[in-house]
Amino acid sequence: MQEIRNYTMNFGPQHPAAHGVLRLIMEMDGETIVRADPHIGLLHRGTEKLAESKPFNQSIGYMDRLDYVSMMCNEHAYVKAIETLLGIEAPERAQYIRTMFDEITRILNHLMWIGSNALDLGAMAVFLYAFREREELMDVYEAVSGARMHATYYRPGGVYRDLPAQMSQYRESPWHKGKDLKRINSWREGSMLDYLEAFAADFPSKVDEYEDLLTTNRIWKQRTVGIGVISPEMAQQWGMTGVMLRGSGIAWDLRKKQPYAKYAEMDFDIPVGVGGDCYDRYLVRVEEMRQSNRIIQQCVKWLKANPGPVMVQNFKVAPPSRVEMKEDMEAMIHHFKLFTEGYCVPAGETYCAVEAPKGEFGCYLVSDGANKPFRVHLRAPGFAHLSSMDTIVRGHMLADVVAMIGTYDLVFGEVDR
Amino acid sequence: MTDTQKTSLAGQLAARFGDMLTISTVRNETTAELAAADLIAVATALRDEPAFRFSELIDLCGIDYLGYGQTEWDTETISGTGFSRGVEGEAMGRFDWAGRPRGANEPRRFAAVIQLLSIEHNRRLRLRVFCADDSMPVVPSLTLVWPGVNWFEREAFDLYGIIFDGHPDLRRILTDYGFVGHPFRKDFPLIGNVEVRYDPEQKRVIYEPVSIEPRVLVPRTIRDDADLMQAKAEAADHWREN
Repeated sequence: MQEIRNYTMNFGPQHPAAHGVLRLIMEMDGETIVRADPHIGLLHRGTEKLAESKPFNQSIGYMDRLDYVSMMCNEHAYVKAIETLLGIEAPERAQYIRTMFDEITRILNHLMWIGSNALDLGAMAVFLYAFREREELMDVYEAVSGARMHATYYRPGGVYRDLPAQMSQYRESPWHKGKDLKRINSWREGSMLDYLEAFAADFPSKVDEYEDLLTTNRIWKQRTVGIGVISPEMAQQWGMTGVMLRGSGIAWDLRKKQPYAKYAEMDFDIPVGVGGDCYDRYLVRVEEMRQSNRIIQQCVKWLKANPGPVMVQNFKVAPPSRVEMKEDMEAMIHHFKLFTEGYCVPAGETYCAVEAPKGEFGCYLVSDGANKPFRVHLRAPGFAHLSSMDTIVRGHMLADVVAMIGTYDLVFGEVDR
Repeated sequence: MTDTQKTSLAGQLAARFGDMLTISTVRNETTAELAAADLIAVATALRDEPAFRFSELIDLCGIDYLGYGQTEWDTETISGTGFSRGVEGEAMGRFDWAGRPRGANEPRRFAAVIQLLSIEHNRRLRLRVFCADDSMPVVPSLTLVWPGVNWFEREAFDLYGIIFDGHPDLRRILTDYGFVGHPFRKDFPLIGNVEVRYDPEQKRVIYEPVSIEPRVLVPRTIRDDADLMQAKAEAADHWREN
């Protein structure tokens, strides 16, 4: 009789479905996975060590580059940890702004996810639809921070600056002119909040469009229903959080259970799955987009009615205004000290977590009283999720690995750090 | 989360484990320090007993306490030689491999810090386990208690060289294939040891010793007003109006 041996296959690190630089060594029995060994670290940049070598504020920009599709949520965890150790609290308006931008970020992340996951499983169109709305939200990022992705907008003590009163408009060009130009600028007549209001009123219909393409799609269901089933017990054993946990039926969301920023005042629901398979997690994420949209609407309403400071008036932590610096010696000194030496954070340690779109993103911060952190550890949800890969895909077909990578919602910026 | 719940966690822990744990609660965060030998028993109890039910291990990370609390900007004893302050020191980024700080022996350098989460009781707990021996830091592995700790332990091993006794597959995880050393240790240079480039003559990627010089732009400073006392005093003083 002929001897049949398992086949070892290398997947990635340069593979369109790997969502970055994942290398998977798979032992195959025919098309069935016997063992999967993910090799990570190809994007390891030593963020935590770099953060130890710089004053606190200079590392905020690194946080954007961890999970580079949910930028502001990462900043939020880091900034919150610093604020906890400093014992300061951001003004109310800043907290509403943070809540709003966390939810904008969640929608951005889920749009990226729905597009790329559908693309991996053979549905090209969803990607194009999702990027249409992503573009609109990225304009909001750009309006507040000047950057479309790596915003560095959150600061200890608040946010860098208040929301702009004017939304930027498209200029006439060979590609945008006449009626077309008028249509794309129609949302952009007023302030950024007006723009967001128009977006939020329109967005649910856009989510309906994604659902039209996928929810009852036969191919989509064949690829996701009953694939990658995770029981609630297993999800907890493997340290899963976020949608991976909620998809298995556990209603655990830090925004509800351990509320931060202004989530306690928001009215929203937590969707949970039933079966714990890829399809349930898809449904949970789609519903989360709708819920995030509700939160954005509530924040816009509050922010329109309540102007106020967006940064603490503590010049040991936050820079004084340019105007003040021009006429006040003390303000000048504060500015100089803050931008050369930074501020010292009292000795102590804290673990601060936020509900990032992918799960619990935590920052464990140890300070010894210096102007640089002694130790920063970033708890990335994707790292914990990916570690369960081997256990989950055993016995699945090769094509299901792609569905699984998609449902984990992996971004290697945060997995490798 | 109410305060009473939190204090009761510290109380419950003290009642259940007694001298095994050194418990402190700061800002509603409970930390328990314990000996490596007790870790498995305590962890199993924390996971299984109805009073605790820490069903999830959220995070495990290594930490190197070498140089904790050292400052490079001496503001207390200012002197004629004071101008060199801030341009020398042993802090992160100042040294290369040959000049790495040696002999500065922190008692108990390495520790593993574990963050636990109880979904049932909605509370968190931090465990800290110091390694007894600096030259061979060993902590028992928790892979049999929470399987999800597997990669976190591999990461702590990779970056700090902490050995997790009983781990089924303690390989490097984040660093390059064939990497030497444990890069997150405080005596590992920030600039690293080797750099990589493509050599057109040999037609392959080669490793060379680093060519960049270590440098630090902002010295490490510890100030007494770290708790912002001055800011508070100024705020109370209304100095702007005076």
